[in-house]
Amino acid sequence: MPIALAPFLIPLSALLLSSVLFGAFVWMAGATPSDVYQSIYRGAFGTWYSWQNTLTRAAPLMLTALCTALPARLGLVVIGGEGAVVIGGLVAALAGIALLDAHPMVALIGMALASMIAGGVLIGLVGWLRQARNVNETISSLLFNYICIAILNFLVVGPLRDPETLNKPSTHHIGETHMLGYLGDSSIHMGFAFGLIACLILWILYKHTTFGFAVDMVGGNARAARLSGLPVRKIMLLVTFMGGAAAGLAGMIEVAAVHGRANASLNAGYGYEGILIAFAARHHPLAIVPMAILFGGIRAASDLLQRNHDLPDATSLVLQGIIFVLVLASEAIYARMAAKSGYKS
Amino acid sequence: MSHLKHFQFNAKRRQVLKGLAGAGLTTVMGGFGIKAAQAAGKVTMGFIYVGPRDDFGYNQAHYEGKSALAKQSWIKAVDQENVPETIEVQKVMEGMINLDGAQVLFPTSFGYFDPHILKVAPKYPNVMFLHCGGLYDAKKHPKNVGSYFGYIDEPVYVSGIVAGHMSKTGKLGYIAAMPIPQVLRNINNFTMAARSVNPKITVQVVFTGGWSNPVKEAEAANSLIDQGIDVLTCHVDSPKVVVETAEKRGIYSCGYHANQAKLAPKGFLTGAEWNWSKVYLDYAKMIAGGEKIPNLIRGGFKEGIVKSSPYGKAVSAKAKAHADKVRAQFMAGDFVVYKGPIKDNTGKTVVPQGKAYGQTDIWLESMDWLVEGVIGSTKG
Repeated sequence: MPIALAPFLIPLSALLLSSVLFGAFVWMAGATPSDVYQSIYRGAFGTWYSWQNTLTRAAPLMLTALCTALPARLGLVVIGGEGAVVIGGLVAALAGIALLDAHPMVALIGMALASMIAGGVLIGLVGWLRQARNVNETISSLLFNYICIAILNFLVVGPLRDPETLNKPSTHHIGETHMLGYLGDSSIHMGFAFGLIACLILWILYKHTTFGFAVDMVGGNARAARLSGLPVRKIMLLVTFMGGAAAGLAGMIEVAAVHGRANASLNAGYGYEGILIAFAARHHPLAIVPMAILFGGIRAASDLLQRNHDLPDATSLVLQGIIFVLVLASEAIYARMAAKSGYKS
Repeated sequence: MSHLKHFQFNAKRRQVLKGLAGAGLTTVMGGFGIKAAQAAGKVTMGFIYVGPRDDFGYNQAHYEGKSALAKQSWIKAVDQENVPETIEVQKVMEGMINLDGAQVLFPTSFGYFDPHILKVAPKYPNVMFLHCGGLYDAKKHPKNVGSYFGYIDEPVYVSGIVAGHMSKTGKLGYIAAMPIPQVLRNINNFTMAARSVNPKITVQVVFTGGWSNPVKEAEAANSLIDQGIDVLTCHVDSPKVVVETAEKRGIYSCGYHANQAKLAPKGFLTGAEWNWSKVYLDYAKMIAGGEKIPNLIRGGFKEGIVKSSPYGKAVSAKAKAHADKVRAQFMAGDFVVYKGPIKDNTGKTVVPQGKAYGQTDIWLESMDWLVEGVIGSTKG
């Protein structure tokens, strides 16, 4: 198998096997697998309507996946995407309220920058704790999620609450004219383009710049990288910052394209789903795009599974779980195959 | 449906009259074009829940309502559970319309309204969006949007009477999601009812910060019970954990949203329940009859929108008699809970002597205080 295609071919074969296993699962649950496949196709990719449905759901997932995928190249397992989304969304809403009288473009740029800085500082802190205090980044980023959610809930119920939002406490509105629009005539909001562009830029950065090479070197062997004169600490801080900035931006998009305010709905699990996608895409920025679309499609199709086949909501989680396990397992098998073939030659 | 209370604003009424005079469309299309669609076949109704259908609480109450509808041969009812209050619900609503052909939608969670229903509804003027929460404002909202809600604080008051009679320690506990007006009104009703039985009673409140937070709910229940509380009730999406914990620890509980008697055969006293099957059937009949659907429907015991869970076997005859009497007063429509003098739990007079706020008073909808006798603070 050509190495360059591996990030795409490995998940693909794992996906085929997943669909077979999932078929067995729905058959046991009392549904007809062929009908279920048809519904998944119809609900996720069958028509332009379902494509819009799928792509809208994929939008935040691309950005939250980057939060795990970027630091993973350094060998860090960061799972703080949820916290970065929440804090990014909160700060974006504050910036939006502060820029209420500004030009819409200025307001949107201000919100985007504020959210990226907030998310970036949060995950950057995780990176700093790791290198300065040797705190395990997985644990600290997980705990940061809870802290961020608590801060959000405290602020929207208390000091930042718009008194008009009686039974669903939220911040003030950022202003209808300052909301992010849609792509052309579609119902896909701009967030999708943000995600796509971010994945593309980071792929170029990782693949075609010396910075990307340096990141891979640190990830391969941090000590060797340091000995060869690379600023390992700086790289670690920068990469964790970029990961957090991506997830923070996802929070801004939730506020600017969907809610118009910050409230508890920011904590909707996009950060956690991003972890899954990052691993399934083997932390490859470009592979994240199809993976996010696939997972978005599964969410979209889940609607039809519930309504037309009487399958429980958890069915889509089962499918996600099967895919996740098989993609990870296939990676291990591939690594062993590669090692063996390396021996022979 | 004249027995339902319709709060139509003058502006709304004028709009309707204009419509009638103008093209006569309103009558022909009746119920937002639903009748025309119905002639072709079944009426498709879509229900959306924020949590699982079998949560023993808020979502189950709606699911039971939907199930009652599904028995009608001319209705096709589709539903979906665990739909978050994000763009996801917008997509689910559109999916129900575009893929299932739904003509009426019931997005049942409070947070589905703004911005989600308000964003989707204008795109589909022939579909009716009926939201549970009672937020409709004719001046601001699209015509194909409606809302319905019930005065569930009435059966909560009845629960408070029963709790007041059954408590031996005089300490009651309330586990609630967050200090928003709906929740505070329930806590205040429960407290005032219990204190009308025994003025020494206190109600300790714990806010968990979320609608579905089973771990915190269990912790709160255990800590309240450790402090000597002997009747526990709650206002969270699923009362399951609270009621089960109370039963396990051998104290009484009052339910909420749906009937939890099964979970606590010994200690369950009664509870405040929604009666959505009636509301949904009424809507279905209005649609079948081609009637215009009111944009706002509200009611309490009298209108059949809420009810009390049947008494548990522990409830004394005296408590039953008192509770039945209060319920009869609610049914007659002459019971006013918020009648002065009422002080809040910081000692400030909130309803002065001689002042009374009836059930439909809008002032009650922005409640931000806890009544005397509640231990806790609206700061959470």
